Amino acid sequence: MKTRIPTPLSLIITVVYLVLYSLSATALTKQQRDIPILFIEQKHVETPVLSNIRRTPETSGLDGTQLGINDNNTSGRFTGDNYQLKATLVNDDSEAAAAARAWIKDGNAFIVAKLPAAALLKLSRDEDIAKHAILFNILTKDDALRRSQCRPRLLHTIPSRAMLTDGLAQFLMSKRWKKWLLLRGQRVEDKLFSAALKRSAHRFGANIIEEREWQFNADLRRSAQNEIRLFSQAKDYDVTLIADEIGDIGEYIPYNTWLARPAAGTQGLTPTGWHWSIEQWGAAQLQNRFSDYAKRDMNDIDYAGWLAVRAIGEAVTRSNSIRGDEVYQYLMSDDFQLSAFKGRSLSFRKWNGQLRQPIPLVHPNALISQSPQEGYLHPHSEMDTLGYDRPEVNCAFEASIL
Amino acid sequence: MKNHRSFRIVRASALLSLLGLAIPSMAEQVYISNEKDNTLSVIDLDSLKLISTIAVGQRPRGITFNKDFSQLYICASDSDSVQVMDVKSQEIIANLPSGEDPEQFALHPNNKHLYISNEDNAVVTVVDTEKREVISQIDVGLEPEGMAVSPDGKWVVNTSETSNMLHWIDSGTHKLIDNTLVGQRPRHVEFSDDGKTLWASSEIGGTVSVIDVATRTINREYSFHIPGVYKDKIQPVGITLTHDNRLAFVALGPANHVAVIDIAQQKVIKYLLVGRRVWHLALNSDETRLISSNGISGDVSVIDVKSLAVLKSIKVGRFPWGVAVKP
Repeated sequence: MKTRIPTPLSLIITVVYLVLYSLSATALTKQQRDIPILFIEQKHVETPVLSNIRRTPETSGLDGTQLGINDNNTSGRFTGDNYQLKATLVNDDSEAAAAARAWIKDGNAFIVAKLPAAALLKLSRDEDIAKHAILFNILTKDDALRRSQCRPRLLHTIPSRAMLTDGLAQFLMSKRWKKWLLLRGQRVEDKLFSAALKRSAHRFGANIIEEREWQFNADLRRSAQNEIRLFSQAKDYDVTLIADEIGDIGEYIPYNTWLARPAAGTQGLTPTGWHWSIEQWGAAQLQNRFSDYAKRDMNDIDYAGWLAVRAIGEAVTRSNSIRGDEVYQYLMSDDFQLSAFKGRSLSFRKWNGQLRQPIPLVHPNALISQSPQEGYLHPHSEMDTLGYDRPEVNCAFEASIL
Repeated sequence: MKNHRSFRIVRASALLSLLGLAIPSMAEQVYISNEKDNTLSVIDLDSLKLISTIAVGQRPRGITFNKDFSQLYICASDSDSVQVMDVKSQEIIANLPSGEDPEQFALHPNNKHLYISNEDNAVVTVVDTEKREVISQIDVGLEPEGMAVSPDGKWVVNTSETSNMLHWIDSGTHKLIDNTLVGQRPRHVEFSDDGKTLWASSEIGGTVSVIDVATRTINREYSFHIPGVYKDKIQPVGITLTHDNRLAFVALGPANHVAVIDIAQQKVIKYLLVGRRVWHLALNSDETRLISSNGISGDVSVIDVKSLAVLKSIKVGRFPWGVAVKP
C-alpha cells in the first residue's frame, strides 16, 4: 500500500489555503470540528487500444474529491467544520479492505472509493467495514451493484450504465430515431453497456435491428474507411449505437458508417455524469474552480468525487452531526437535498443508494441535451425514469435505513 | 414612405404638445439588462414600447439606480467591473473597481457604498462610489449572489449559492456577524420596508424563507404548487415586496410563473403565467405595475398589480436579467 506523495504545487496550494483559512476564520466561528475523509484508489493498468485516444487523467476522481473538500471548507469557515482528505493508492482489493479497516479502526467513517466492482463488494461485505464505514462509489457503473448486489451504506454518486443509456434512449426517442444498429466491442464492459442499451430500447420502445461484435484487430487509423463501412452495412437504421467503453474502435464509427446516420453511445453522442461544456445553473463557477485547481477539465469521475464530499458536507451541516450513523441517516432521509449544478436537487434512491441525477448528453465539444427529456413522467421524480426503479430492484438495501 | 412617417410623428408630437398640460411630463421607464447581448433595453411604461437599446459592458446582470435616479449602476460581469451610466445622456461615465465577476449588488441608503457579490471568488466587495475605490472585501461562502441592505442601513445580507447560507454583515464595521442556513441555492434576498423581515429564495430547494431580522432565524417557509408543472421546475429566484408589506411576488424561474403571496394570510393567492425562465422582478413607483424579466423567451411581462393580470409581454434583448424602474 502506498500513500500518494503530494506534489510541490499541491503542497503550496495547501499551505496557501491553510493560511487563508486561518486568517478568515473569525472569532465568531463555532467550535472546530474535524471531518476526515479517506480516498482509496486501486491501481489500474490501462488496456492497450487500437486507436490513439486521449487517456483519462490519472488524477481523475482525486482532484474532484479534493475540490469538494476545498468547497466544504469554504462553507466550513462559518460552521467551524474542517474537512481533511487522506489519499491512498492500493494494489488490489485485499489492500483496499485493509486500508478501510484501518480507517474505521481510527474511528472514521467516510470513504470515497475509486475502486472496481470486486473491491467495492469486498469492502461492503466485510462486516466491520459495513457497520462503521460509509462508502461512496465514484468509479464503477455496473448495474448489478444497484440492482442485485446493492449493500447497505454503499452509495453511488457515479451514474450506472442503465441511467446513462436510459438518458440517451429518451433523447433518441424524442428525435424519433427508433431503429438502432448496435455495434459493440468484445470486452466484458462492452457487453454490459450493450445489455444496458438493450434494456433501454425495450423500456422506451426502440428497435435494435441487429447487434454486431467487432472482430478485427487492425489499427483503424489506417483502415477505418473500409472496415467500418462494411461493419455497419445494413438496409436501414436511424442511428448506430456504439458499445466500446475503452475506445478501441468506437472513435472511428461516426462518419464512416454505411448509411449517413448519426452515432451515439460510448462515442458520438455520449451520455455522461459530467462534461466540461456544462455551464448552466452556475456550473461555470464549478468548472472555473476545478480548472484553476487541477489545470485541466473536470470529468465524470471528478464530479462523482466532488458530489460524494459535498453530500457529506450537506448532511453534516444540516444534521449538525459528524457521526457516521447520524450522517448516513440524514443522507437517506427525505430532507436530504444536494444542489449540484444540474438544475435539480439531487438525492439518494432509498432502494439502492444511487444518487438520482440528470444525465447530460454531450459530444466532445458541446452539451447537446440533458435527460430526463420532457414528457417522461414518474410519480416520484422525473429523474427516476433513468436507471433501475424501485420495483426492478431486488436487494436488502432499504432495511439499512431506520 | 419615410417622409410620410416623419410627418405623422410631427403631427403626433404637435398633438401631444397641445395636450401638454394633461399628460405627465415624462412616463416611467423600465431598464432591463440583457445578459447575452451586452445591452440595456429601455421601455416606456405608459406606451409599453421599447424606446431605446444601449450598448454596455460584457454580460450585464444586476442593475440599480442611485437615489435621485441620475445614475444607473450596472454589473458588467465579464468585464469585471461595475459601470456607472449617466441616465440623461445614456453614456457610461465611469467604471468602478468591483472585484472579479460582479453579479449582483445593493446600494446602501447612504447612497455611497455599493455592496457587490463576486461570484467566482467567495467575497463581497464594498466600493465607495464617490471616491470610486474598494474600501473593503469580506469573505463569504461559495458563489455569493443575492445582496440586500436593510432599510435602516445596519445590515448587509449576502447569499452564497453553494454554501446555502445568508451572511449577515455589519455595515459599520464590515465584519461578518452571523450566518443563517437556508434551502439549496439561495439566489435573492429582499428586506421588507419596515426592516423587520428578510425574504430569501432558494432556487433548487424550491422554497422562499421569511427570516426574522431581530433573531436572524427562519420564521416561515413558502413552497409552491402549480398544477401541471413538475415540482423540480419550480425554482424561486427574484422577490419583490409592496411597500405596505401586503403582497410578495416571487419569480419561479423555469416554471414560467410569478407567485403572488398575501403576506397577512400567509398564502399564495395566485400564479401569473409570464415568459420562459422568469428571473427578476421590479415594481413601478406607485406599485400599479410589476415587471418581470424572462430569460429564455427574451422578453419582459408587464403585470397589472390591482387586477393581478398580465397586460403585455415586450420583446427585449437576449437573456434579459435585471430590472429597474425610473420614475
